[in-house]
Amino acid sequence: MPSAGADPAAFRAGVADLADLGLDEGGHLLIERGLDRLAPGGRLAVTGRHPALAVHLAAWCRAYGHRLDSAESPLVIVKGSTGRQRWSGAERAGSAAGPPAARADPRWGLAARGALVEAGGPPIGAHWSEREHVWADIAPKLYAAAAAAQWDPATAVDWTAAIDAVPPAIERAVVQVMTYLVENEQAALIIPARLLAQLHPHYREVMQLLATQAADEARHVEVFTRRGLLSGGPLGTSSAGGRASLATLLNEPDFTTASFLLSVLGEGTFLDLLRFLHAHAPDPVTADVTRLALRDEARHVAFGVAHTAHLTASDPAYLGMLRQSVERRHAALQDTAGLNAEVFDSLVLLAAGSWHPAAIRRGWQSVRDLAARMDEGRRRRLAAIGFPDDEAAELSALHTRNFM
Amino acid sequence: MGGVLLGAVAYDPKVVTIWDGFRSWLRDSGGLDFDYVLYSNYERQVSDLVDGRIDVAWNSPLAWVRARRLATARGVPLTPITMRDTDCDLRSVVVVRADSPVTALADLADRVVATGAVDSPQATLLPLSLLRSVGLTPGTDVRVRRFDIGVGLHGDHIGGEREAARALFAADPADRVDAACLIDSNLLLFGREGVLPAGAVRVLAQTPPYDHCTMTAGPSASVSSAGPWAGPDDALPSANGDVGDISDTSDISRFGDLLLGMDYADASLRPLLDLEGLKEWRPPRLSGYEQLERAVDEAGFYAADGAITADGYRP
Repeated sequence: MPSAGADPAAFRAGVADLADLGLDEGGHLLIERGLDRLAPGGRLAVTGRHPALAVHLAAWCRAYGHRLDSAESPLVIVKGSTGRQRWSGAERAGSAAGPPAARADPRWGLAARGALVEAGGPPIGAHWSEREHVWADIAPKLYAAAAAAQWDPATAVDWTAAIDAVPPAIERAVVQVMTYLVENEQAALIIPARLLAQLHPHYREVMQLLATQAADEARHVEVFTRRGLLSGGPLGTSSAGGRASLATLLNEPDFTTASFLLSVLGEGTFLDLLRFLHAHAPDPVTADVTRLALRDEARHVAFGVAHTAHLTASDPAYLGMLRQSVERRHAALQDTAGLNAEVFDSLVLLAAGSWHPAAIRRGWQSVRDLAARMDEGRRRRLAAIGFPDDEAAELSALHTRNFM
Repeated sequence: MGGVLLGAVAYDPKVVTIWDGFRSWLRDSGGLDFDYVLYSNYERQVSDLVDGRIDVAWNSPLAWVRARRLATARGVPLTPITMRDTDCDLRSVVVVRADSPVTALADLADRVVATGAVDSPQATLLPLSLLRSVGLTPGTDVRVRRFDIGVGLHGDHIGGEREAARALFAADPADRVDAACLIDSNLLLFGREGVLPAGAVRVLAQTPPYDHCTMTAGPSASVSSAGPWAGPDDALPSANGDVGDISDTSDISRFGDLLLGMDYADASLRPLLDLEGLKEWRPPRLSGYEQLERAVDEAGFYAADGAITADGYRP
């Protein structure tokens, strides 16, 4: 293929020679190439052998705001000014190389970051268009990691592994926990998807990361559902209190607060839960699905912590807003049961592994230890985003009993 | 009632976008009390213009011809306001297949020529007039296969032209035509779309240049100092001697000035101008309609008084 520009015969200043090329086969490219080098009012001679060249050229010039100065050979185009007018108010949508802009102009719409944007066109109705309210410097790296770590539920889990050896009561506990996990992961899917829909696409890496987060949760919903149904029985129960707890997450309108409640506190707490389930998994499928989900959730937590810390570093007063959000959620859930009692009992039974009283005692203690680890993790993350230790302890204690 | 009421023909859904957008701009940026109504066809729009039910009409060239005839017959004035840059110096072409033995218009004798809709100036009336100019009477010396799509829209709907172009290459010989009539811009468009394969057609003949749409003010906005054409006896008052409300007139004048002042660099207007197919509005000229006047007479499309006399024309 000849390289562009290696055709001096076809182009010299002030002349566009189309040879036998018609304007119905792309001939306008050669004409525009010639016109590009002229100022409005400049003249371009067009030569060529296409039989309809003059007819085509008259129509083309009219449509594109140029004047055809002669209908006979040589055909001469007088360049119009509309091309320049079209781009007169254009501006770059930030810088492709640099960091995203502090404020994304709604008029940039869906344009790629760094693109030259023609003025006009519909503004994008994005709620989140300020960098401080959505950004974390680690977002590009987390997105790259997320893209590299996508797994296929069909092959990443050995669905043929035997679960026959799992005692029926333990299997029922697994099914109950899976039922609970699906409900929580559905909330965790909807929240980033909703934030994504309100985010200015100028913050591309955050948009991409939220998209992978939603895709992660879609897989989690799939594998937990599949494990829950693997033994052929019905799924477990869904408690009103658990759903009430999740509803408070869905109702949070602010980007950072939603990210904080979901990822820092909820998914952060879930990291310990998934580790616990992996450790006490009675079968390889349960071990696989919890391990895979854990890996994804760790990225979600990392972004939530990094973003919240990014905002509170520039606006320490925001810590007060976050504190209020925890207190508000606690107050809203005060009169609900919180965690489904059947989920709690299932966790005890899973850790116990049998109905033997001594085993139950061990299981009970394991779940108490889990709650302590969850609390410790929350306090650590709250401290990382700027809360003093005492306040972190206080807020951690107010976290929903439903874990998420 | 003051202000300007414009009539436009809804030949495409985009007409609503265009005139809604212009309406907002004329009212908000221009401070003009402007509104518009849409018509399903040009004939009713022209009648309403001449009857004074609307102040201005966005007229096709054929609508201008009829409006002029009706106004002359009634002794009421019309005032051309403006036209688009893209309305000036159009040509229609008669094309044949590249390998056709036909090399001159006269060779089309006893052959089949495809045209657009009955009321298309560019794809029917003007090219058939071109045939007459070489002594071929359509329907007698040449067979005409008309593609009546969007009748009443004066060819604004290009479906008829597209079907005429396709008929050059119809698979069934019984459906195939020897020549097709198109406007120059659609020759290019259909070539780029692939409806006419590259190199597959030859331009047999083309009309002299003519002009297309024109914005016309009717008698409701008349004054003695009306524009370049104001009726058969120069500037005419309306039949009852009423020269109209002076505020209306200044509104029409302001409307024309606002259109002429529309700037393609204005990002709020540019999408509308792109949709309407222009880069700038220009002062009107009436020199480009003689060809069509002649074609209308030859075809017996309208009578001298503007009555519709075309056979089988049901807009």
